[in-house]
Parts: sequence; C-alpha cells; structure tokens
Amino acid sequence: MNKVQNNKAWWLVLPVFLLVAFSAVIPMMTVVNYSVQDIFDQSSRYFVGADWYRQVLLDPRLHDSLLRQFIYSGCVLLIEIPLGIAIALTMPIKGRWSSLVLIILAIPLLIPWNVVGTIWQIFGRADIGLLGSSLNAMGINYNYASNTMDAWVTVLVMDVWHWTSLVALLCFSGLRAIPDVYYQAARIDRASAWAVFRHIQLPKLKSVLLIAVMLRFMDSFMIYTEPFVLTGGGPGNATTFLSQTLTQMAIGQFDLGPAAAFSLVYFLIILLVSWLFYTAMTHSDANR
Amino acid sequence: MAEIRLQNLAHSYTPTPTGPEDYAIREMDHVWEQGGAYALLGPSGCGKSTLLNIISGLLSPSQGQVLFDSKVVNELTPEKRNIAQVFQFPVVYDTMTVFDNLAFPLRNQGMDEAKIHTKVHEIAEVLDLQALLSKKARNLTADEKQKVSMGRGLVRDDVSAILFDEPLTVIDPHLKWKLRRKLKQIHEQFNITMVYVTHDQLEASTFADKIAVMYGGQIVQFGTPRELFERPSHTFVGYFIGSPGMNLIEVQPQAGGVGFAGTHLPLSDAMQKRIAESEWKTLKVGIRPEFVHVWDEPCDDAMQAQVVHVEDLGTYKIMTLNLDGAPLKVRLAEDKPVPEGTAYISFPAQWLMVYADEYLLEVLP
Repeated sequence: MNKVQNNKAWWLVLPVFLLVAFSAVIPMMTVVNYSVQDIFDQSSRYFVGADWYRQVLLDPRLHDSLLRQFIYSGCVLLIEIPLGIAIALTMPIKGRWSSLVLIILAIPLLIPWNVVGTIWQIFGRADIGLLGSSLNAMGINYNYASNTMDAWVTVLVMDVWHWTSLVALLCFSGLRAIPDVYYQAARIDRASAWAVFRHIQLPKLKSVLLIAVMLRFMDSFMIYTEPFVLTGGGPGNATTFLSQTLTQMAIGQFDLGPAAAFSLVYFLIILLVSWLFYTAMTHSDANR
Repeated sequence: MAEIRLQNLAHSYTPTPTGPEDYAIREMDHVWEQGGAYALLGPSGCGKSTLLNIISGLLSPSQGQVLFDSKVVNELTPEKRNIAQVFQFPVVYDTMTVFDNLAFPLRNQGMDEAKIHTKVHEIAEVLDLQALLSKKARNLTADEKQKVSMGRGLVRDDVSAILFDEPLTVIDPHLKWKLRRKLKQIHEQFNITMVYVTHDQLEASTFADKIAVMYGGQIVQFGTPRELFERPSHTFVGYFIGSPGMNLIEVQPQAGGVGFAGTHLPLSDAMQKRIAESEWKTLKVGIRPEFVHVWDEPCDDAMQAQVVHVEDLGTYKIMTLNLDGAPLKVRLAEDKPVPEGTAYISFPAQWLMVYADEYLLEVLP
C-alpha cells in the first residue's frame, strides 16, 4: 500500500504549538532563566549555575514551610476525602431534597478564595466574630491570632468548609454511576452495609477518588490566599505555607533568582507527589 | 427447596393505576413446583423481569401474595428469602478474587473458613472455575464472570430457588450452548427450583421442562415446549413460538365451519357448537407453517393458493402463499418439490386451531 506523504498537515498543528508555547513553555523558560543567573540590571547579569538551587535547598526557612505544607496537605486529604465520601453516601438520591442538597453543597465552591478568607477572618474573631465569641463565651479560650493551635485548626476548618463539597460532589456522581444490579446482587448475597461499601462502592469510586485526591492535594499544596487573608501566616510563622514563603521571597525581598529556583523545585515536588498518588492508586491492585 | 406460589399477584409501577394498561403484572395465580426447571418466556417489556424481582423480593408487589412452601414471604427482604438471582449483566465483585467472590455469600453468613474452603472448591469444580480461583474477578471474560455470579447462588446450602434474568445475553453464541448445558446439569444435580427468564424460545425450550409464556403482564400459557408448539392457547403463543410463527387468519362463521373471502374451512360439529355458544368479537383460525399440507399435484380436496415467494433456508424452505388475500407461510421439507404459480394445500383438521378473542377455543372430546 502506498501511503500518501503530505507534510503540509504539520501546519495544522502550529496553532497548538504557539498556544502551548505562550501559555506554558515561554513563561516556564523565563523562570528557568532567572534561576541560573544573578541579575542586577539590564546590562549586568551573571551566570551562577546551580548556586540558587543550593541556597534554596539548604534554607531552613523553606524546610520549615515545606514540612508545614506537607502536614497541612496531609490533614486536608485525611479529613476531606473520608468526609466527602461519607457526605456522598448519605445524600438523598433523587427528588427535591437531592437538588437542594446539591445546591447547598455547591455554594462554598462558588466563593472566591479571598472572600472565604475574609468570611472566616471575621467569623472566627474572638471579639466580634460569631464563632470566636461563642467559643469564648462557652469558656473555651480561642484566638487564632495568638494561639498556634487555634490558627491551624481555623485554617484547616476553613479549607474543609470550602472544599469538602468538591469531594462529596465527585463521589456522589461516582455513586450514581453504579448500576442498581450490583446492590441487588449484594442483597441476594446478604452483604452487610459495610461489605457493600467495601466491595462495591469503594472500588467503583476509585477513579473519581483519584481525581479528588489529586485536585485536593495540588490545590492545598499551593494554598495561598485563604491563610494569607485569615492569619497572614501567623502567629509567627505558624501558618506560613510554601507559596507565601515564595511570595515573600519574590515580591517582598525581590530575590528573583532564588525565588525562581524555588518555584521550579516547588513545581517538581507537586509533580512528583501527584505522580506517586497516581501510580499508587492505579497500580494498587495490579493484575494477577 | 421450595414450591413458589403466586396468589392474586399484580403489580403496577404507578401509585394509582386506573386501568389494566397501568399494570406491569396483571392479576395472576401461578405455581412453580419444587425442583422444576422453568422458563419464563416473553418479549421485552412484558413483565418478566418485574415478576422475577417480585419473587426474589427486590420489588414489593402492589397486590397479592408470594408464598414459599405455603408460607407468605411478602414481608421478607431478599436476604431472608433463601433465593439466588443471576442477572442479565454479570455481577462480580471486581476487586476480589474468584475464590473470594464465591466465598462472599458464605462469609456474610458467618460460616467458618474451613467449611467455606470446601464449599467453594466443590462449586468451582461443578462450574469449571478451579483454574481461575486465585484470579481477580475483573480480569475474567463475560462468560466466566457469569459463571462466578451463578456460583455465588449455588454455593449456598440454603438456596431454595435460583432465578435467572436473561443470563446469557452477553455471552458468545458458542459458549451459550455450553453454559446452558451446565445449567441443566446443575439442575439435575442439585434439585433446585430454577426459573429462567428469556425472550429466546430456543433457550427456553432447551433449558426448561415447562415454559410460561408471558404477554402483556399475564402468563398466557404454561406448558411443555411441545404443548406450546402444538396447541398454543393464545394467538400470541402461536405467533411468538416457532419460526416462522403460526398463520392466523380472521374468519367468519359459516354453515358447516368458518370461512373468509372465497375460502371455506369445515369444522367439527362440536366446534361449530362451541363457536355459536361463545361470545366473541373476533374469530381467528391458526395453523402452524409446519402443519400445512402441500399436495404434489392438483387434488379435489385441496385449496388453491398463489405462490408469492420462496425462501431457501438450507434444510427447509419457507413458502409465502396468498390464499384468497390472506398471507400464509408454509414450511416445506428440502426434498419436496416446490410448486410453481399455484400450490394445492389443505389444513389437517387436528392442527387447525380456532381462536375467539385471541384465546383458543377447545372442544372437550
């Protein structure tokens, strides 16, 4: 068979190349460019090799925020994934209540990050906030602005409030996709509610859970606005996460070189962890 | 082991049914005897699956009672009914191995592991699944999965009946035959009541001792495959069973029999009397294509019909005739000469059925 060779078709791919170049490759290369140079002004720039990387990787301030970041993302996943599944399991399946619950769940997802931060900033205030003053009135000493633990709990609760809905909605759609006949077979087999969850619902939810875990990991690992508005990273550095550290470095101190190196490391960490999650979840029950 | 009895059973999916057309199952009484192999045959949407789900308890009937061994089980959930059901699409627990799948119903009962081990191996042997026991269920082929779902029903000691809801729909044709034989063997071996829902008459007649034909939410005939073929008690059975189905011609009573257009069909005196005594709106005669007699040469007793079309199906031929405007299918053995232009045919009296308002008119001898 003679294959017709027509290389003109490559021109059709050009728009995609251009789009990807402008949206991803060029900005990223700019960062790479910064990360290997020390730039003072237009005319005086020095190639420094891996210096910035070495400096960034040895910086204890970054170690601290990286650790905080991992603890934070870990907590977010540990709370939001099980809670989201639990909510999805208890949601009404059809009728008016179902629509109502769906709308209520969707509301937090529609609120912009800095508004969420502001809501909780006011809500949690010990003097005038409903939550803060109620807790104090009940005799619980609560102040997120001065107590590290309170600040952490507030930031976590805020994230749970904002994003558990996403997990719940994803799981709900996953549950709706399970054919009725599985439940019928399970009833005939006298499966307990736990067995139905363990052997039917959970395995069938795997693909949506993968998406939920990845989205929640990436988002929480890059969190910036909400803690920034709520606690400003404090008290002290207690709630200063990676992106805030990065912003301080890049905008506050204008250390563009180290900040660029840090950005790339940050990006690689997210990529690596996401890949780990993906591989772990897709190969957890490899073919036998 | 159980006899399943349905009493005044009816079901409607609408909460306030106004007429018979709102019912998926119209009021019926029926008995499935202990240890029988039954088929429930009917076209899509006739209520077969609804009936099956009512028996297994997945669906609660809007009227009437289901009895297992004369004990009313309406209030019992499927878990408590000692019934196994195999569905159209194979249901396996993906993440478990075949062994765990088969052990699942036993573990849910809290049976001890040693006993589970013996039972599972026993059933795996019956179903030829031993080689697959340690494989994950998700990697099986459709027919293997279906065998696993059957196995989950068979593995339980307490199962009194197994219900099959078109279990071979997704199976390759050459495996269908094998699985059907397997089912038959299992039936003989375990002496369990089996009800097999299908819309395939061949599947029904190879599996079952007795077939219930369902039409419009009712069981219109319950009998052996041979009875269904030879004496369909409803025109639908005549039409649905057999390939091609029964010839049905609308007729009017005439002196000495019935007739249509220019054709007269003589009937026995007893049958004429029966027709005269019954009340009906439409009267039809039916005859199977296999039973139409074709004469080799013109003959005085024969009716003349025009040959419209002949289909050669290899081992036999199907002739389409025109008998005074009524279309007529005739099955002709391969070695018989094919009449050209005009065919000389007659209807043997014993195979000519009379239907008043679609139901068979019978004359007691």
